Amino acid sequence: MAYSEKVIDHYQNPKNVGTLDKSAKNVGTGLVGAPECGDVMRLQIEVDDAGMITDAKFKTFGCGSAIASSSLATEWLKGKSVDDALKIDNMDIVEELNLPPVKIHCSVLAEDAIKSAINDYRVKNGLEEIKFEESVVH
Amino acid sequence: MRIEIKQNDFMLKLPIYLDNNATTPMDPRVLEAMTPFFLEHYGNAASRNHPFGWEAEEAVDYAREQVAKLIGADPKEIIFTSGATEGDNLGIKGIYEMYASKGNHIITATTEHKAVLDTCKHIEKSGGEVTYLEVQPDGLIDLKELEAAIKPTTILIAIMYANNEIGVVMPIPEISAIARKHGVLLFTDGTQAVGKIPVDVNKDGIDLMAFTAHKMYGPKGVGALYVRRKNPRVKVTAQIDGGGHERGMRSGTLNVPGIVGFGKACEICMLDMEADTKRISKMRDHLETELLKLEEAYVNGSREHRLPHVANISFKHVEGEGLLMGFNKNIALSSGSACTSASLEPSYVLKALGLGDDLAHSSLRFGLGRFTTDEQIEYTIKAISETVLKLREMSPLWEMYKEGIDLSTIAWAAH
Repeated sequence: MAYSEKVIDHYQNPKNVGTLDKSAKNVGTGLVGAPECGDVMRLQIEVDDAGMITDAKFKTFGCGSAIASSSLATEWLKGKSVDDALKIDNMDIVEELNLPPVKIHCSVLAEDAIKSAINDYRVKNGLEEIKFEESVVH
Repeated sequence: MRIEIKQNDFMLKLPIYLDNNATTPMDPRVLEAMTPFFLEHYGNAASRNHPFGWEAEEAVDYAREQVAKLIGADPKEIIFTSGATEGDNLGIKGIYEMYASKGNHIITATTEHKAVLDTCKHIEKSGGEVTYLEVQPDGLIDLKELEAAIKPTTILIAIMYANNEIGVVMPIPEISAIARKHGVLLFTDGTQAVGKIPVDVNKDGIDLMAFTAHKMYGPKGVGALYVRRKNPRVKVTAQIDGGGHERGMRSGTLNVPGIVGFGKACEICMLDMEADTKRISKMRDHLETELLKLEEAYVNGSREHRLPHVANISFKHVEGEGLLMGFNKNIALSSGSACTSASLEPSYVLKALGLGDDLAHSSLRFGLGRFTTDEQIEYTIKAISETVLKLREMSPLWEMYKEGIDLSTIAWAAH
C-alpha cells in the first residue's frame, strides 16, 4: 500500500512527540485505542488561563497513518482555543493526509484523542464533561 | 590523506529482498533451462505425432524425474499442477471425494495455510467433518491430541511440513507413524520445506504432498502434487476434468517451460541444499542474535524445529506496519500485523501460538534466501534496530512499560 507524501512526511518528521506533565491542572490527557487493535494514541494539551492551547504533544503506537494523524492533530491544536479544538473533525484529517478508506479509523482515533484530552482538562478544572456521540467509524 | 570509504555502501543494492517465504527470485540457471521451451521447443507434450510434441514430452519426463528425485519419489508419483494452492485443493478434495465410502473426517491444524484451511471449510460445507487442532506455544501440534482426534471415519490428516509465517517444522515422520497406525492417509503442504530442508516421502511416510516451484527459485505458476503409488496406493479424484493429462488426475495442457524450470530448480536445490543451508542459517542466526539485543524482542515459534532461513520476531510496543514503514522502501519484509485490512485482525498463525494481539501486531517475518548477502543482513540489522528505537520513543506503550505500568491493568477504550 502506498502512503501519501504527507503521511510519509509526518512519519519521518513527526511533530510534537513527547510527554506533558499529566498531573498538571492545565494539562489534559487523552489515551485512546487498544494494543489489541494495533493502535494506541496518547494526546496531551496544555491550556492557558484564556482557554488557549499553548502546547500539544503525542505518542502513538500504530501504523504510519496513525502516527501521522496524531502528529497532524497536535499541529492543528496548538494556538487554537479549546472550543475551536472541539470542531476538529476526523474527516479534516482524512482529507489533509489523503487517508485511504482502510485508514479512516486512524483519523477517528485522533479525533477521539482530542476530545478525550479536552474532557480530561475540563474535569480537572471543575467543568462538566462533554458527552460526545459515539464515533461511527470504528 | 586517505578518505575513508565504506565499501559496503557502494556494493549494497537497494531494495533488499527478505520476503523469500512469499516468493523467491528465479535462479538464472533455471531461466536458462526454460528459455528454449518458449521459442524453439514449443510443442504440446500431448502431441504424439511429431518431433515438437516428442521434445516437449521428453523434457517433461526429465523434469518429472528431477522433481521426484528431490523428494525421494518415483516420477510416476508426480502430478504437475499450477502451484501449491491447486495441489492443496486437489490433494484434500481429491481424497475426500475418492474415499467417501470410508469416511468423511479430516484432521488439520489452525496454523495451516489458507489454501488448506479454506479447502477444509469447503469440505465442511459439502457435508464433511473437519477437526482443527490447536498448536502449542512453539507452533507444533501435540501428537497425543492428534491421535485422540482420530475416529473411525477419519480418512486424512493434513498437516503442513513447515509453516509459512514462523518457519516451524512439524514432526512429519511422527505424524505419519500415527496416521499409519490408524490406517489414515497423510497429506502435507510442503510448500515452504521442499528444496530448503531434506524431505523424503518414504522416510517421512508422506502419502500426498503439495509444493511449488516459485518458493525454490523456480518460476511462478507451476507446482506438483505427490501422490503415493504403493504402500498404500493412493488415488485422488480429479478437480479439473478434460483431456486426461497427468494420468487423469489433472487435465490441461502441460506448462512445459514452467515444468522444465521447476525440474531445474529442484535439481539445483538438491545440489546446493547443504551449502545454502549452512550459509543462510548462519546469516539468519546472526540477524536474530543482533535483533534480540534490542529490549523486549522475542522470536515467535520454536527455534529448534525451524526452517534455516526464517525468523519471525516481535518487537514489543511498536506496531508492525508502522515499523515496516520505517524501511520498506529499502527492505522487503512481511508483518504479522493486519492494520491494512479492515478487520484489524493480526496474523491468525501468531494468535494460534497464544501470542497476545499486541505482540502479534508487533511482528516481522524475515525470509532469507539463496541470494541474500552478509551486507544486506548488516544493513537490515542497522535499519531495523534504529527504527524500533525511534518508534519506541514515540510509543505511549513503551513509555508506560518503562514507567513500570502493567499494560494489562489498563482499561483500554475498546474501539
